[in-house]
Amino acid sequence: MRHVFSVAIGPVGFRVGSDWRGPVAALEQLYASYPKPQDGIADFTVRLFADRPWRRFFRPKVMIGGDFVLPEAAPLSLEHGLLAAEMAMNLQMALGQRRYLLLHASAVERDGKALVMTGLSGAGKSTLAALLMTRGWRLMGDEFALLDPETGLIHAFPRLISLKNEAIAVMEMGAPGGTFGPLLADTPKGAIRHLVPDHRSVAAMLEPARPTLILFPTFGHDAATRKVAPSEVFVRLTQASTNYVALAERGFTALMRLVAETPARAIDYPDTESAIAQVEALWASL
Amino acid sequence: MGVALDGHLLARALADPASVATLDSAGWQALLTIARAELLSASLAHRLDGIAKPEAAQRFLDDAKASCAQGRLVALWEVEMARRALGDLGVPVVLLKGSAFIAAGLAAGQGRFVGDLDILVPRADLDRVEAALLGAGWEWVKPDPYDDAYYRRWMHELPPLIHRERDRMIDVHHTILPLTARPTPDADALIANSVPLENGLHMLDSDDMICHAAAHLFADGDLSGGMRNLWDIHCLVDDFGIAGLAERARRHGLASAVRRALRLSRALYGTQLPDGWARSGSDDGLYLRRLTARDGWGRQTRPVTRLGFYVRSHWLRMPPLMLARHLWTKWRKQAG
Repeated sequence: MRHVFSVAIGPVGFRVGSDWRGPVAALEQLYASYPKPQDGIADFTVRLFADRPWRRFFRPKVMIGGDFVLPEAAPLSLEHGLLAAEMAMNLQMALGQRRYLLLHASAVERDGKALVMTGLSGAGKSTLAALLMTRGWRLMGDEFALLDPETGLIHAFPRLISLKNEAIAVMEMGAPGGTFGPLLADTPKGAIRHLVPDHRSVAAMLEPARPTLILFPTFGHDAATRKVAPSEVFVRLTQASTNYVALAERGFTALMRLVAETPARAIDYPDTESAIAQVEALWASL
Repeated sequence: MGVALDGHLLARALADPASVATLDSAGWQALLTIARAELLSASLAHRLDGIAKPEAAQRFLDDAKASCAQGRLVALWEVEMARRALGDLGVPVVLLKGSAFIAAGLAAGQGRFVGDLDILVPRADLDRVEAALLGAGWEWVKPDPYDDAYYRRWMHELPPLIHRERDRMIDVHHTILPLTARPTPDADALIANSVPLENGLHMLDSDDMICHAAAHLFADGDLSGGMRNLWDIHCLVDDFGIAGLAERARRHGLASAVRRALRLSRALYGTQLPDGWARSGSDDGLYLRRLTARDGWGRQTRPVTRLGFYVRSHWLRMPPLMLARHLWTKWRKQAG
């Protein structure tokens, strides 16, 4: 393809081909500190392309393709080409990843131990992970946590942090020295701005961590913390996994082990400062 | 590297695993991407066992193998579900394609991805088979009355059924080509010659398996997925030889399709053939061009060639007037 970019994010290599320079230039800039795929061989290929030749120039529309595709993915405008690339890379993971059990969760690490946060969209898992990154935690990922069925460890997948709507201002305040991508207004998911994980999170991205606490945060209520029964954790994590069914027995065994060995809590929080305090208190009490 | 970055790259690696020693990282990337797009990544993984390769390539292929192993388990379970639904009918049930290769432990099943479950039953027993499947939880996917009537009148199989809990499709054949196609395979002979498996189901005998693969490739389809089809044929010939094949192919009206399949399989994968089969067809080059139309990004290439074969597939499938009527009905439905 005309323009090519490749990158390793945690243990996974990607190759992105694009009909336009724009998305690749944005990726080069934001992923500048990341290594290239091992041996120059990517696990997944992503293609950003015009479905008709003139669509490269005239009202360009970015179609999303790659090794694994959804049949009716809607195209994006060229201004949102960076988002298209990120969505396409996520899609390869969601549909094609078979080495790890994929949990739709954010994760941060301290002292070799991982805190895994999952919940419905809008629960704040990305924002909380990004804020914890600015307060001494290593960011392992804001979208996917990779559970290794062989070892029971969590592997990092620290792609660009995808901040949506209100979270953008929160992190512009919270990480004033951070490297941000362009503000993408009016995307199908609202406003989006990417934040580059800090140097330490990128440098340590191949170090896995032992899962130590599973957290289900919910935004918009008075601060409260409750225990979550293993049966509920199990069911919620099966729903939060895109490849649980595909991994079959390996997935089941890995998830059973995770649930059996890892305490879980649900927290309600009224604002991010309370959430941080609740997390630190919970962590200290383990 | 001396080989184009298209389907030939994959063919060469499957035919001669040692040849990957010359690949640089771009070559490996293209090979793996093409193999994945052609649904041959796990077959390639098995072929390249014990061959030195970059760590990242090894990991890629290990993943493909593991994923395929899981798919194999699911496919075998689906076979077992069909056996439970149909086992007591007293009807011979013949497994076709990938499910048969896997159930019988053939080399062609090594790394073979299996999608739908395809079975062949006598046409006289179709109604009972259909009723038994509906009773066991399979449901229609094509509620459109035209499609349904078309399948029942003209096709070689029932309209596809999907199981409502397991979400897996079964195709119930009563022969191996549409009734509208020019060759008419001898379906009774296919069943009479079938070979029993341990579980009470059957598979086609090896000559008929090759005939079926060739029929599917050249008398029915537009050659998409053809590299995998020919790899099946290559493995079957390797396992069973072709002693009685010419005679069998003639009986099914598939002599030229089978000859072409073997020639192309030899051209791509180096299949060993006796001298009589060696003469190459004048348009084999065009077929090879279509079969290998895939670039290092996994994209289909050569759109004009592909379109030609697409048109040809419909031309072969039904007579011109019928084709016109069919396309007209389809078009009106779409427009409406």
